[in-house]
Amino acid sequence: MSIRPSEFPPPWSTSDAIAPPTDPVDERIEVGFLIVGAGPAGLAAAIRLGQLMEEDPATAERLGEVPVAVLEKGKAPGAHLLSGAVVNPRGLQRLFKGRKRIDEMPFYGEVHGESVLFLTKHRAVRIPTPPTMINHRNYVASLSRLGRWLAEEAEELGVTILPETSGERLLVDGGRVVGVRTGDRGRGRRGEELGNFEPGSDIAARVTILAEGTQGHLTGAAFERFGLRGENPQVWALGVKEVWKVAKPLDHVIHTMGWPLRPAKKFREFGGSFIYPMGDDMVTIGMVVGLDYRDTELSVHDLLQELKTHPRVKRILDGGERVQWGAKTIPEGGFVALPSRFHAPGLLLCGDGVGLVNVPALKGIHYAVESGRLAAEAAWRTLARGASMRLALASYDGSLRESFIWRDLREVRNMRQAFGRGFYVGGALAGAMTASKGRFPPGDAPTERDADQSLISTDRAGSYPAADGKLVFDKLSSVFASGNRTRDDQPNHIRIQEKVPRELAELWAHMCPAQVYEVGEADGDGTVTVKLAPSNCVQCGAITAKGGRLTPPEGGSGPEYTVT
Amino acid sequence: MAKTLVFLEHHDGAVQKGSLGVLAKASQIGGEFAGAIIGADVRAVGESVGASVWVAEDARLAAPLPQPRVDVLAKLVRDEGYDTVLFAQSVLAADIAAGLAARLGSGLNWGLVDFDGETGRAPALQDTVVVDVGWSTPVRIGIFRAGALDAEALSGVSDVRDAGVELEDFSTAAEMVEQAHAEQQGPSIEDAEIIVAGGRGLGEPEKFALAEDLARALGGAVAATRAVVDAGWYPYSAQVGQTGKTVSPKLYVALGISGAIQHKVGMQGSSVIVAINKDPNAPIFEYADLGVVGDLHEIVPKLTELVRSRKS
Amino acid sequence: MKIAVCVKAVPDAAAGRRIDPATMRLDRSGELAISDFDTYAVEEGLKLKEAAGEGEVVVVSMGPEKAMDALRKALAMGADRAVLITDSALENSDVLETAVALAGALQKEGADLVLFGQQSADGGGACLWAAVAEKLRYPVVSQVSELTVGDGSLTGKRQTEFGYDTIRAPMPAIVAVSDAINTPRYPSLKGIMGAKKKPQETLGASEAAGPGTTVVALNPPPPRGEAQKFEDDGSAADRIVEFLAEKRLV
Repeated sequence: MSIRPSEFPPPWSTSDAIAPPTDPVDERIEVGFLIVGAGPAGLAAAIRLGQLMEEDPATAERLGEVPVAVLEKGKAPGAHLLSGAVVNPRGLQRLFKGRKRIDEMPFYGEVHGESVLFLTKHRAVRIPTPPTMINHRNYVASLSRLGRWLAEEAEELGVTILPETSGERLLVDGGRVVGVRTGDRGRGRRGEELGNFEPGSDIAARVTILAEGTQGHLTGAAFERFGLRGENPQVWALGVKEVWKVAKPLDHVIHTMGWPLRPAKKFREFGGSFIYPMGDDMVTIGMVVGLDYRDTELSVHDLLQELKTHPRVKRILDGGERVQWGAKTIPEGGFVALPSRFHAPGLLLCGDGVGLVNVPALKGIHYAVESGRLAAEAAWRTLARGASMRLALASYDGSLRESFIWRDLREVRNMRQAFGRGFYVGGALAGAMTASKGRFPPGDAPTERDADQSLISTDRAGSYPAADGKLVFDKLSSVFASGNRTRDDQPNHIRIQEKVPRELAELWAHMCPAQVYEVGEADGDGTVTVKLAPSNCVQCGAITAKGGRLTPPEGGSGPEYTVT
Repeated sequence: MAKTLVFLEHHDGAVQKGSLGVLAKASQIGGEFAGAIIGADVRAVGESVGASVWVAEDARLAAPLPQPRVDVLAKLVRDEGYDTVLFAQSVLAADIAAGLAARLGSGLNWGLVDFDGETGRAPALQDTVVVDVGWSTPVRIGIFRAGALDAEALSGVSDVRDAGVELEDFSTAAEMVEQAHAEQQGPSIEDAEIIVAGGRGLGEPEKFALAEDLARALGGAVAATRAVVDAGWYPYSAQVGQTGKTVSPKLYVALGISGAIQHKVGMQGSSVIVAINKDPNAPIFEYADLGVVGDLHEIVPKLTELVRSRKS
Repeated sequence: MKIAVCVKAVPDAAAGRRIDPATMRLDRSGELAISDFDTYAVEEGLKLKEAAGEGEVVVVSMGPEKAMDALRKALAMGADRAVLITDSALENSDVLETAVALAGALQKEGADLVLFGQQSADGGGACLWAAVAEKLRYPVVSQVSELTVGDGSLTGKRQTEFGYDTIRAPMPAIVAVSDAINTPRYPSLKGIMGAKKKPQETLGASEAAGPGTTVVALNPPPPRGEAQKFEDDGSAADRIVEFLAEKRLV
């Protein structure tokens, strides 16, 4: 009897993340515009607002002492940012038009060549680069490093960044979003207040912009509360990557497909890997797999380790050493999974949090930046004399639909779903879509929730390579290499049913790249208790796609990425 | 040739082991060397040391406070021309050494594990690198890491001389209101020279008694891994590891601990690591000096008994 | 009452502490944060000021210009002012030079109480305060796990290898606090937002001593020696005791 993760929903409801303000008015913190998330979308919004404030200081006055504040749950901007990444500079060029040139931005160089390889266990065959993946005139970047730079730029424009601060609840009053309540700090494992307990605060803002990235906590709640969900559920992939110091420079960008993923339709293993040069002495390598996979023993962390043993890959890393590791989910639903609206009263949403990712091209950063910029402009329009708040915010949707984001996503809208029918059929369909610029096949193929996939069990784990501490690593070493040193004595931030069938517990245990879940004691009635080590969590979000829910832990917890 | 002065810390009428180790090192370097004992009524202590010893006695030196000792040692250095002053790490010694360095304008290197008269060796960055350190000032001051040297009693001729005591006003401003008594319980894990640590392999919280018994027999402290602290088997104050305490005892006995890197970084500076685990592939065996694959529930009680009988 | 808290901005642990092969000293080119141990000293200063109902807490530090970002955390916690001594001549300073530089700034501040944290998170050395006390000619009490202040004097509970001493000293004085003394507060949001506006001063070095120590070479750690591993055949306990006896650990 095969089960689906969605049959065991987590003990969590939207109302846990939505509430009216509770702080007395004189204790509330007032800001002009509040942005949640110091990633490319949030910082682009902050920077654009900073530019607008510079150009029009009289209007900026009306925003008060703290005109723009950005909440960041990581230790510092960049700590929770992770991506490949090959960045299309278009978004940043528009954001910094007239102010910064590309060579002033922290990239690792322009892409000078690329190859796409189809791998079998021992061989690699070069296949023609699909048109959607051509990276000519794009730049290799570390999103973490880019985030740090964007944060500095934002601060120079007068933006206040608040690190180690999580957005715990969306403050809704009279049907309007009026701000965000930040998370408490200094609670013990059982929720008790420790000696240095510091309660969260209500931050009130004229407009709140959610830029939380994948699996955004408040974003998910907003979708429910304001009925923003589109026609199709969002689906995700889990990306796990490493950054290596290497002995020989890599001179081109590589993508692979095939091994170690299995092509048969029943497995639903869609994904591939990327290997990008970062300057002359570093390389980043990552494995990305759709979370609609079905095998309980699939572990993307270990697939990456397996990938590194392939002779074609191993020789790139020979003589090198791993310097960082990380994991994060990527929204893969594309156009058909976009929300029906990107705004609500007092609220705008942008970036990965609303699924602005071009899956076949593996690009989302320039959309995040552009959507942040457009959100800033819409927010600014609420300040115009006689402006209707409602119309100004709604104009954001209009500007998104007219942007290059919309055009691009529409063109590739069915590609990912095609691969749900297996690699070969999917490949053929993808080819047809590209050639027809999205007109063929017609219509919008639906997506299916990742948690609705029924589980199967194979002996996949038997072939994962053993850790040697040099090329192949175990999960705990990887967690260490993410810079994670989360405080242990704090409440558990993961919401799952803790007594579940064994296969579900095994799914989670293998799925989680940070070894948060462990199959515990059998309870005698066919279920087991799941044991948790929440302080290992790198907040990738995979659990939310597969039957549980990630909520933000205490601010400052989680990974401390620097070059991912 | 070096002319070395060694601060000999004493407690309860006996010179501390660490200081004796440093004195022995000084004897190996070559050149003249002498110890310095400072307190009230300490002549007898001085006479028990088989080497040249300066004794500074004064009622104002009774309490083990650092600043008056800086005055005494500075005067000795100036009057007798010592070019090297060595200490064994302790709370008191560190304060004296730093004060003396500031008084004399001398370089100070600490955490030393060795010294040849010119250059010292000091591990750094949690023992991942060993640095050769030198001095660029006429007088060299060095502090040796606790437990780095073996305490060998010297058997030379005991030669006690009186050191002058001239104290600055500010040196005697701090006063001892109540002096410490000997500790009732075992040492805290940060200070302990021996630690017995328990992990999930113990099986259940009650089995921590095995670790406690062994620790008591060895004269050490008990520590715990994050996993068992998370599970509520032992308090957080005993947690060793990346998100707990960092320790570097002379002996670390790991019972039922797999040894993942998060734990390793908290104890990798231990001089000797003994691990008992039933999983032959546990990562801890990669860095344990003595790895025992076996059932700790059988081995530890026997081990504890053997240690007890040796000590009695 | 004026309280000065000496703090050090050290490479943030996550950035990975490493030694710069060119200078053979700690690479301080990445992000800096206040050493964890120093946050206990900042907290103690804030608590004493709150208990007295008046006073000023100034954080004093020596480091590169970007260390001021790290000092803002202390301001966010509630400190009133930050003073940063920065000078290219002070790069790669050792204890002696640091003590001289800090003493210069502290002399100007004329604080009643100067607080230090227990040890530097990066250098591991545990004695800077005693050197500063010597330069200022103030009494010093270290390893303090409980501190009371009043009437121009302080009483501290000092933790040594032998237990707790209780020591009294007149102010001005220097106290180095241990991490047992308190639990540092999290900065409140208002604190973080207000930190930028608090006075932040940069000073050059008033007096430069030369360094007193040199780094001659860096070496890999010695190999741990022959590791032994065996399976218990019933005699494990005996073999372990033998091993420990050889190493003179029993």
